[in-house]
Amino acid sequence: MAALAAVAIGLTLAEAAIPLPIPGVKPGLANIVTLVVLYRYGWRMAAWVAGLRIVAGALALGQFLTPAFLLSLAGGVASLLVLIAAIRLPARWFGPVALSLLAAFAHIGCQLMVVDVWLMPGASLIALLPLFLGAAWITGLGNGLAAAHLLQSLPPGTFEKTP
Amino acid sequence: MTTRRAGLLRPGDWLILALGLALVVALSARQAGSQEGRVIVRLDGKPHAEASLRLNRVIEVAGPLGISRVEIRDGRVRIAADPSPLQLCVRQGWIPPGAAAVCLPNRVAVENAAAGYDTLSY
Repeated sequence: MAALAAVAIGLTLAEAAIPLPIPGVKPGLANIVTLVVLYRYGWRMAAWVAGLRIVAGALALGQFLTPAFLLSLAGGVASLLVLIAAIRLPARWFGPVALSLLAAFAHIGCQLMVVDVWLMPGASLIALLPLFLGAAWITGLGNGLAAAHLLQSLPPGTFEKTP
Repeated sequence: MTTRRAGLLRPGDWLILALGLALVVALSARQAGSQEGRVIVRLDGKPHAEASLRLNRVIEVAGPLGISRVEIRDGRVRIAADPSPLQLCVRQGWIPPGAAAVCLPNRVAVENAAAGYDTLSY
C-alpha cells in the first residue's frame, strides 16, 4: 500500500511541474492509482492511499494546511464518497471510466462549492462551471481509460510482488 | 486481448460519458446565451451599440439634441454627459446590473443587462 501511495504522490508532484493553461485545471493523474486500488483492494485501501497522497503531496509541495490543501482535501473526500457509492454499480455495465468521470465531477463540484461558500464568498463561480466541468470530463475520461487499461493488463496480485 | 472480459468502455460508461458531456454542453450553451455583463445602448428604442462591461470605453451616441456619452469603467456603466435639460440620466450615476438609464429628450437608453440574477459580483 505504501508503494502505491508513493506512486500516487509521485504523480501529484510530477503534474505540479507541468505548466497548465488555466489555473485550477490539472489532470489529476494520481486518481488513476486510487481507481486501481479501489478495484483491487476495496474502498478502505483506496481511502488510505488517497488520504496519504493528499497529505504527503501537500507536505512535499509546501501547501500543507493552506487553502490549496483544503481544496485538495475537499475534492478528494467528495470524489472518494462518490467512488465508494459508484463501485456498487453493476460491473457488467459500469467500468473504471464511468467511476472516474463521476469522481472527477464530484471533485471539481465540491471544490467550486468550497471556494464559493468559504474561500471567496460572493465571488460567483457559476461562470466558470462549464469550463471546469469540461476539463473534468476530459481528465475523467483520460484517467478512467488509463485505469481500465492498467486493470486489464496487470494481473491481480501484481502489486504484492513489488517490495 | 482474448482474456478481456469486457472492453475498456462498458455500456454504462458510454451512458455516463454522454450524460456528462450533455451537462457540460448545456451549461456552456446557457452561459453563451446569457446577456450577463453586456451593456446595451439604444437610440430611439432601437439597439445602437452593444459592449462588454469588462472593457473600459466611452461610447458616443448622437441623438436629436446632441451627443450623449456613455462611459464604461471598471465593470460599471453610466451616462457621463448628455444634452438633456434636466440631466436626469446623468444624475442617476452608475447603473446597477439589471437596471437602465434613459435620457428621454435625447432618445438614448443604456441598459446594464443582467442574466436574471439579483446579485452577482466579481
